[in-house]
Amino acid sequence: MAVSETKPIVVADGLIKQFGRFSALRGVTEEFAPGKLYVIVGDNGAGKTTLLRAVAGLIHPTRGTITVLGTRKIKDVCQKIGYMAHSSLLYDELSGIENLNYFGELYGIRSDTSREVIARLKLNPALERPVGQYSQGMRQRLSLARAVLNNPELLLLDEPFSNVDSRSAQQMTELLSELRQLHKTVLVVTHYPAHLKSVADEFVSMVAGTVVKRSGTLEAGV
Amino acid sequence: MSYFSIARSSLVKDIRLEWRSKDAINAMLFFALLVVVIFSFAFDPTAEESRTIAGGLVWVAVLFAAIVALNQTWSRELRNQVLDAYRVSPATGTPLFLAKAVGNFIFVSAIEALMTPLFVVFYKLRALGPVGELLPTAVLGTWALVVNGTFFAAISLRTRSREVMLPLLLFPLSIPALLAMVNATTAILTGEESARFWVALLLAYDVVFTTACLLMFDIVLEAE
Repeated sequence: MAVSETKPIVVADGLIKQFGRFSALRGVTEEFAPGKLYVIVGDNGAGKTTLLRAVAGLIHPTRGTITVLGTRKIKDVCQKIGYMAHSSLLYDELSGIENLNYFGELYGIRSDTSREVIARLKLNPALERPVGQYSQGMRQRLSLARAVLNNPELLLLDEPFSNVDSRSAQQMTELLSELRQLHKTVLVVTHYPAHLKSVADEFVSMVAGTVVKRSGTLEAGV
Repeated sequence: MSYFSIARSSLVKDIRLEWRSKDAINAMLFFALLVVVIFSFAFDPTAEESRTIAGGLVWVAVLFAAIVALNQTWSRELRNQVLDAYRVSPATGTPLFLAKAVGNFIFVSAIEALMTPLFVVFYKLRALGPVGELLPTAVLGTWALVVNGTFFAAISLRTRSREVMLPLLLFPLSIPALLAMVNATTAILTGEESARFWVALLLAYDVVFTTACLLMFDIVLEAE
């Protein structure tokens, strides 16, 4: 299914998500266009991660709808979505290549692709050390490698820069810039929007479960 | 990507994780050894009495030891929220469930293989019935425990006290299987009656519960 240039890739319509009495999302109605890099900012508890998890299909809205790549059945299009969470989503006891080979198998991806993706993130595919012994920066880059393994049209990243050194952050930013040039859509939730100042198309500001501002520049958006 | 290649990859991954961490095997082994030793202190049966009670003791020890492995099964998927990476992939839940159940079957069978000779020595056991029937009893009985255990461990995954919840859910449902396992083993050890009825009962139990678990697992996996 080809995604039209003009058709939004993600549409949230009156999206509400409640966890018990707490409303994490309070009626989010937003559209995200294809081929752009969006940076979602806001304080802790603003609903950024919940919004990203809803787009990834990991949580079901309490009310409202979310349409991704033209369908509400996100499982049908998950082959075209990449998701990087705040946690690494990696097995600590396995090496980097063992992790990527396993997740690649779930997408029908061959192991040589895993090696290419690892090398692209400036990691050594031959490294036999278990991921549990990786530095935080290496772990984040491997986590990003897992998310882009299936060459997704829509990439969702939750706090990719947390606890990483400036060099790792720069390498990750370079990859995101390349992906944007390849017309991929990227949604990044971060507390460090300055890393993406040069590559972001739009900054989306969230407060208390709602989107309060969208802006093309970091200063105006936050 | 095929159903069985995902199941095989998940099984290989689980065995590799267990081989490197030894979380489940070590805990199960020490637990099972303790049970054997404590039971041998608690009871001092004659050879005849041993044949009558050994079936119950062995399977209760296996059930308790299996709980340790079953609790570990999904815990390692919660560390670093790795299960979310599976959930966002195109793979359905059932290959993962099948791999987990087979993995647990291998781990629990390994413990049984180590425990059985100890029971034979401690209780001076000598079967008077057809020993060959012990194999189908052990295979079907172990599968009965692990298939339900893997399923209920997944259900209790998101509960606050999941390690308590698993036995509470699993034990009542395992009573028919446990009854068949104990009676079949006792029948083989004493040689007084045939174990075939109980083995057939175990087979029927396994077919029903494996089918039910496979049909319902996707709902469990997608639950928040």
